[in-house]
Amino acid sequence: MLTYNLRLAWMSLRKHPVLSLLMIGAIGLGIGVCMTTLTVYTLMSNNPIPHKSSALYAVQLDSWDPNDPYTESGRPPPELSYRDAQALMESTIPKRQAAMFKSGFALQDAEAKQPPFTVLARVTYGDFFGLFEVPFLFGGGWDRSADRNAQQIVVLSKEINDKVFGGANSVGKNIRLDDREYRVVGVMDHWHPSPKFYDPNNGDFDDPEEVYVPFGLGTALELTSYGNTNAWKPEKINSFQDFLNSEYIWIQFWAELPDAKTKDDYQAYIDQYVLEQKKLGRFPRPLNNRLSDVMKWMDEREVVTDDSRVLVGLSFLFLAVCLLNIVGLLLAKFLGKSAEIALRRAVGATRWQIVQKHLVEVGLIGLLGGALGLLLAFGGLRGVKALYGGYDHLVQLDGRLLLIAVGLALLSSLAAGLYPAWRAVQLAPAGLLKTQ
Amino acid sequence: MLQMTHISKVFRTELVQTHALRDFSLNVAEGEFVAVTGPSGSGKTTFLNIAGLLETFDTGSYRLDGQDVSHLDDAARSRLRNEKIGFIFQGFNLLPDLSVFDNVDVPLRYRGMSGGERRRRIDKALEQVGLASRAKHLPSQLSGGQQQRVAIARALAGTPRILFADEPTGNLDSLMARQVLEMLEEINAAGTTIVMVTHDPELARRAHRNIHVMDGQVTDFTAFAAAQTERESLAA
Repeated sequence: MLTYNLRLAWMSLRKHPVLSLLMIGAIGLGIGVCMTTLTVYTLMSNNPIPHKSSALYAVQLDSWDPNDPYTESGRPPPELSYRDAQALMESTIPKRQAAMFKSGFALQDAEAKQPPFTVLARVTYGDFFGLFEVPFLFGGGWDRSADRNAQQIVVLSKEINDKVFGGANSVGKNIRLDDREYRVVGVMDHWHPSPKFYDPNNGDFDDPEEVYVPFGLGTALELTSYGNTNAWKPEKINSFQDFLNSEYIWIQFWAELPDAKTKDDYQAYIDQYVLEQKKLGRFPRPLNNRLSDVMKWMDEREVVTDDSRVLVGLSFLFLAVCLLNIVGLLLAKFLGKSAEIALRRAVGATRWQIVQKHLVEVGLIGLLGGALGLLLAFGGLRGVKALYGGYDHLVQLDGRLLLIAVGLALLSSLAAGLYPAWRAVQLAPAGLLKTQ
Repeated sequence: MLQMTHISKVFRTELVQTHALRDFSLNVAEGEFVAVTGPSGSGKTTFLNIAGLLETFDTGSYRLDGQDVSHLDDAARSRLRNEKIGFIFQGFNLLPDLSVFDNVDVPLRYRGMSGGERRRRIDKALEQVGLASRAKHLPSQLSGGQQQRVAIARALAGTPRILFADEPTGNLDSLMARQVLEMLEEINAAGTTIVMVTHDPELARRAHRNIHVMDGQVTDFTAFAAAQTERESLAA
């Protein structure tokens, strides 16, 4: 019966091409707009490390102004001061932990065959790679001694290794960062967590850094942060050491706490640390230290903006308006076929069979509209890509979103067709047969 | 085959009530060819719609092929229409976008038959009405008489127990009307009960029995008395 109804539906669409195109166009437009906003929203709110997100915690200590909280809602600052980050790194409670900040270098191959170019760098501890399960093509990260001793070693991203070494195994080879030589110890495979959860201060959807160096180099080379550096009180900064000793916050800090007990122990640890610091006259605010797992962290950092949510809501409202128009068109079309309905009823079709016939027709319209919608969404996403930098990897339709588009088109068209189909079978066949 | 007893039907609007049938009783035996005549507005078509299960009635009882159909739901009535009843309408009621073959196929589609069985029945029905060679034509490519023959083939394909014809020759010229009537007589001779509503006295005379309807009631006393007698004998 489905193939029969499909054949009838196709004939019906072809019989009234303008009307059919109007309906397909309306659904397509609605689906296109919905899928464009939904795709961006979905990818924005994506869990970037789903199998581990509940074990990774951003660490926040409330070292802020006693009279003016960091945020109106009372959340502590998202970053730590250097001295606090260093102190927390002494803890043995987390399975892994890493303080980090974003910086940059001028990179050149060791033989200076190519001109130097600027690269973004992450200055961090060796645990960074295990913490976030960074995949490696060659070699690996480094250990704590490399951090302590500020060894001049580097991990390259796949893209940089491709660019400088043509994709070959470069472990053991040297490159120049600024005016120093660094030995390559690892080459990462393609790694693009989206959102870039570990450092949303520097662009929620930015690309990951291109090179990674030990944290100890940060102080040894007096590297400055490319991200935010905030302070709540004026401090006299005459040297880099003054800066390191200040209350300025600029270090991101993550800890891997695999179970509830470890998390509780670590919370107690950081609370105790702050209480001790209070005795030294620091941390004037009430105790307000937080451990936020990845999803909570992204929520607090408002990675998905309210504007995005509003936009998704508005796009669904637009789809609803399109569907309302289709309801009207379908009603006119189905009631116009009352003679056919009456004949089919007379020869034995039940009301439900007639409703089914019409729903197959609107389902077909929905599928065609969905296909058009996908094309429009594809165009819409290309528009987003063209308009906004940094969204490149967000604007792509994957299999799941394609299924959502088809499902949404089908469901919304069936919803739009239900009332007209129901109305059409309410007509008494007897009177309509006589009027032929 | 068809037993209607004290059937009444009232059409109501906000302003008026119209008694289409009042105390309408009729008995049609299996294999009969009954002509129902009467002036316009007398209730002939309402009777036919109720008899064909296209319309419900207010009071009375109705048995079709031995089954009480008074309180059947829509699905059961549809099934009965599909399996036991054939319709022929004055306006042919063919679906203009479907070929002759597909028009005859319509009732069979709702019976859940296999493709092979449907094809066999359609071929046979079209053969019977002399239109086997026109199976792929659209209705608009046929004459009025041919269109009515397609409608007859559609009714016959389902091998109905009873055929209801509403002015089957009303839109045809005399030659074509005679052909259609002869076809109906052949169908009846093969055992199918036929109830035909007509204005045409010539057509009515060809039926086994005439029922005259006036103001929603059977006025042919002879027919009514025969029905009563048969009902009483059945009751006894």
